[in-house]
Amino acid sequence: MIKIENLVKSYGRKYALDGISFHVGKGEIVGFLGPNGAGKTTTMNIITGYLSSDSGTVEIGGLDILDSPDKAKKLIGYLPEIPPLYPDMTVSEYLNFVYELKGCDLPRGPHLEEIMKVTKTWDVKDRLIANLSKGYRQRVGIAQALVGDPRIIILDEPTVGLDPKQIIEIRSLIRRLGRNHTVILSTHILSEVQAVCDRVIIIENGKILADEKTDDISTAVNQNRRYSVKICGPSRDVLSAVGGLDGVESVQLTGERDLDAHVYVIESRTGIDIRKQLFRLCASRDFPIIGFEAAGVSLEDVFIRLTEENKKRRA
Amino acid sequence: MFAIFKRDIKSYFKTPAGYIFMGIFLCASGFLCSLSTLQAQTCDVSSYFQLLMFAYVIIIPLLTMKSFAEEKRQGTEQLLLTSPVSLWSMVLAKFAAAFTMFLITIAMSCLFFIPLGIYGEPNPGKILGCLIGMILIASCFIAVGLFVSSLTGNQFVAAMGTVGLLAFLVVLGVLDSYMNSRIISAVIGWVSIYSRFANFTYGIFDLSAVLYYVSVCVVFLFFTVRIYEKRRYA
Repeated sequence: MIKIENLVKSYGRKYALDGISFHVGKGEIVGFLGPNGAGKTTTMNIITGYLSSDSGTVEIGGLDILDSPDKAKKLIGYLPEIPPLYPDMTVSEYLNFVYELKGCDLPRGPHLEEIMKVTKTWDVKDRLIANLSKGYRQRVGIAQALVGDPRIIILDEPTVGLDPKQIIEIRSLIRRLGRNHTVILSTHILSEVQAVCDRVIIIENGKILADEKTDDISTAVNQNRRYSVKICGPSRDVLSAVGGLDGVESVQLTGERDLDAHVYVIESRTGIDIRKQLFRLCASRDFPIIGFEAAGVSLEDVFIRLTEENKKRRA
Repeated sequence: MFAIFKRDIKSYFKTPAGYIFMGIFLCASGFLCSLSTLQAQTCDVSSYFQLLMFAYVIIIPLLTMKSFAEEKRQGTEQLLLTSPVSLWSMVLAKFAAAFTMFLITIAMSCLFFIPLGIYGEPNPGKILGCLIGMILIASCFIAVGLFVSSLTGNQFVAAMGTVGLLAFLVVLGVLDSYMNSRIISAVIGWVSIYSRFANFTYGIFDLSAVLYYVSVCVVFLFFTVRIYEKRRYA
């Protein structure tokens, strides 16, 4: 469906994209993951024909975006980072405008009504976009991308600025769309990719760091056993006792405190579950554990894991 | 293309922009018309139209300032540029919308000629010639305005830039008569928008002037398209 070969794009001397290649098949939901400024938006802007690359090719459904831009653009629905809304129009006027702009040939009334119902903007269809909240604007932006039922839907950070309930709604909407559309979305939130995407492409500094199935990422994340534990008792004793435990890679004091407990970050060796042992040890030494949670895995950790694994695989 | 045209026309009437343009246009032209005909006790309209052209320098930017600048500021430019519409259609649609607004307004201002017809005997050929000339000049000015508007994301900057560029084009023609050197004067005369209007005021339909105005208009629309093409490669 989408074939990207060797995209290079530079702004002045800085390379925004430095040789990016990937293919996306029909019906896949692909997540672009990367920190801000990694090149996610630039890639999306090039795929949709808003920007041109310095070199490299983009093929949409077999059509080159530069050779036959109008036909290729018709296959794509795009939600840019800032939803492209006209504040002086009502939601339904706006969607009618997009319908005409894209030159759609589906039956207009039912098609737009369906889109507004799917994106839950039906209730506000006669309100001015200027008066809508951020969440509704984002949804109108998504609705706009769905007009004309394009085969490819590209969403740039679709959940930014939404409240948790809206985020869940939008994610389930994207999953539903993925059943009969090809979807590319960008985000810098790891859990979003895990919740929605089949495949993840991790970008940093304009290069693809990893291109994996989401399940593989989850395994990589789960292998990383780090816990944040609140243990009462003198910190020096706790550190030495826990540090001596079989399977513990490292113990660190975070400096946080909760009553008389210190907060420690404990990392276990790969493949070993230390939780039970840790409990027994602390019980026997009378260091009550008052809190225990898996430490959040940061994007950086995943990058490191994945790049290490890639290196190992190649070796 | 028609979608963009329709949206722009609607937007002129939904936001104050259209009314401000019409209001100022009609006030200015009404004032100038009564000054140069009723007050001067003549029904010769040529001086009215000449004055009106100077007023255009201020009025036309009101019409074109938001055309592209506003799209850029709102981010809606991205919607237009990623939709299956060519750059030329987009620019022409915007031009057509602004031009239509202008035509509606200048048609309204034709009411000013009714009192002239009642109390005097104006030359209808002359009025028609001047109107055609004015419309052609306005099309050039609108194209210039669209071009400047495509350069910036700020309406005010777009308006000021357009006023500057238009003033330059018009003043150039006035400078013509002060030049000693024949060559400079000839060059200025050739580029000047102002000097070509003279024949229309005599009621002469000057085809070379028509071609000149249409070309200037097309050139600036072409520049606008190029700006967008260039930005893709920025």
